[in-house]
Amino acid sequence: MKVIIPVDEASPNTGVCPSFGRAPYFALCEGGSVEFIENPGAAAEGGAGLKAAQAAADSGADALVTPRCGENAAQVLKAAEVKIYKSRPGTALENAAALEAGELEELTRFHAGFHGIA
Amino acid sequence: MRIAVLSGKGGAGKTLVACGLACAAGEAVYVDCDVEEPNGRLFFRPEQVISRPVLRKMPVFDAEKCSGCRRCVERCRFNALVLVKGAPMVFGEVCHSCGLCAWVCPEGAVREEGLEVGAVESGRAGGIRVVTGELKLGEATGVPVIAAALEEAGDEGTVVVDCPPGSACPVMEAAREADYCVLVTEPTAFGLHDLRLVAELMRVLKRPCGVVVNKAGADFPELDAWLEAEGLPVLARIPYSRALAAASAEGRLAYRQDEAARRIFDGLLRRIEEAAG
Amino acid sequence: MKKLLILSGKGGTGKTTTAAAFIRFANARAAADCDVDAPNLALVTQLAPAAAERDFHGSDKARIDAGLCLGCGECARLCRFGAISRTQEGKYAVDELRCEGCGLCAEACPAGAARPEPDVAGRLRLFSGGGVFADAQLRMGRGNSGKLVTEVKRELYDNCGEAELAVIDGSPGVGCPVMASMNGVSLALIVTEPSVSGLGDMQRLVRTASMARVRTAVCVNRADVDMELSGRIESWCSEQGLPFLGRIPFDKNAQRAINEGRSLADIDCPARTALYGIFVRTMELLNLNYT
Repeated sequence: MKVIIPVDEASPNTGVCPSFGRAPYFALCEGGSVEFIENPGAAAEGGAGLKAAQAAADSGADALVTPRCGENAAQVLKAAEVKIYKSRPGTALENAAALEAGELEELTRFHAGFHGIA
Repeated sequence: MRIAVLSGKGGAGKTLVACGLACAAGEAVYVDCDVEEPNGRLFFRPEQVISRPVLRKMPVFDAEKCSGCRRCVERCRFNALVLVKGAPMVFGEVCHSCGLCAWVCPEGAVREEGLEVGAVESGRAGGIRVVTGELKLGEATGVPVIAAALEEAGDEGTVVVDCPPGSACPVMEAAREADYCVLVTEPTAFGLHDLRLVAELMRVLKRPCGVVVNKAGADFPELDAWLEAEGLPVLARIPYSRALAAASAEGRLAYRQDEAARRIFDGLLRRIEEAAG
Repeated sequence: MKKLLILSGKGGTGKTTTAAAFIRFANARAAADCDVDAPNLALVTQLAPAAAERDFHGSDKARIDAGLCLGCGECARLCRFGAISRTQEGKYAVDELRCEGCGLCAEACPAGAARPEPDVAGRLRLFSGGGVFADAQLRMGRGNSGKLVTEVKRELYDNCGEAELAVIDGSPGVGCPVMASMNGVSLALIVTEPSVSGLGDMQRLVRTASMARVRTAVCVNRADVDMELSGRIESWCSEQGLPFLGRIPFDKNAQRAINEGRSLADIDCPARTALYGIFVRTMELLNLNYT
């Protein structure tokens, strides 16, 4: 299973970024290995969550692990059949492993799509 | 003649002055462009009200024609479009209705449909035609509703425009074509701070303008000093009175309640007519 | 950190006066003014000079290079915002106040004369010292105020450390900047006034907040100007199950405080007493202990 996770840095021990739409990078984790892609939403003027969701959908990931996600992005990911799970404290790789082990819960609450941050 | 009534600070008495001017004119159009909070109709209580929706264009994609080339998704500067499994999705509250996606589509797969963003009402209260723009809740910008309200109001006779507060885009839209602008303020540091901003807007729009000081009485010499330094004429001073505040609170027109208020608004309209030539 | 937003719907109801008093009562270490059209809170919070200022870039604005422009007018014909018009020289030019930066003119221009360029839409200020205070001023006629509001909040959150409470002065109305103000707050306290306008605007604001799933509570300023309407507001709140936190009497000291550049919390008067009661009840709703 291929998992996409918003992260603060493009390094193996990076933590999960609190924002999906504005995270600087995404970690793509598969079978214990990880690669990083830039999040095109990070620098977007508006619609950051949508741009990030487009990138996540295009990445071919089966699941997204994130602390939070906006309604609009959730709608895109649903259409793209990418399941959304709630992250827990720890690194991106630990979260990917937790998901593989079936320990993460699906994210069911999405914040309103107004302007992106809490 | 179109008179726009503005105030940098909300609650300074913009609606009081706009309603007063329309009453003083007798035969007039009062158009409420404070579309996030249109309150003038609470005072005029217009009858025979007709309402029509205000629409803005929203792209609709023809799945048959769309080749999934992504040109629209990549060029949309607002990131309102997403392509998933070969089908574009549009997000209405992010879309600015600019028409770029339809223009760049090589397949002619984008058509545009109207999406309701608010309404314009028109009704009569005696000699006054009351036009109200109202923004739908959850919509980001009132500009299209303001434009529609002004169009409905037309240009015949005396048109009094009750503008939104502040000095941002919607205010500009409401005040742009005015023959004269009335800036309503109150004698406080907040009032003066916000008046400076609206005065700057007047310079940008190159509109002739004058000031009405509402809730006058308390001493705030900084305001008078600034007005004199700027050369801005004071068209009227409306003293604070508990009776006037109570009339406004209950949705009664000051002009019809209070002899002193009537004299003030009659004088104000005369001064504006002289100044606007 | 608990984030308390003060809102009003209708302008001029005492939102900023309330925010300034709450900041003093709580000795809040974090505060922001999100009324980016007309930021007034700094006038009554006795701050040290701004520690940092920076430009805020909004949406791009198109610019047309007159040297390259062929004068065909395709851009003006296509522009949905009426932002492009013909100059006396027969070329085309952009009214930056109307341009929304969609880039259609640049797509359509056969000569490559139209280009979107960055635009400074406002200025952010950060004050630090005893605590952290952020605000911003939107430039004349600029849009994107919601995004600037978001920037103000981010500036505050990035710099305020472990503060227990942030007091945020919102913007008037129900549009984009208000929705941006509401995003992610713990509670929105609506300050209204007993007038038909105040009642209507409060109801619109409550509906907007519920769409954004933000918890609200209500208080009435200048309540004694119309006791009957104050009563109607209070009973509407109870019908809706909204916490009604109290009434503030009309008090000339409010105006005095503003003109002296200080908070009403520093003047012993009936309005201060009422505000303090509302403050205590607000802190209870936030599960914070400030008594």
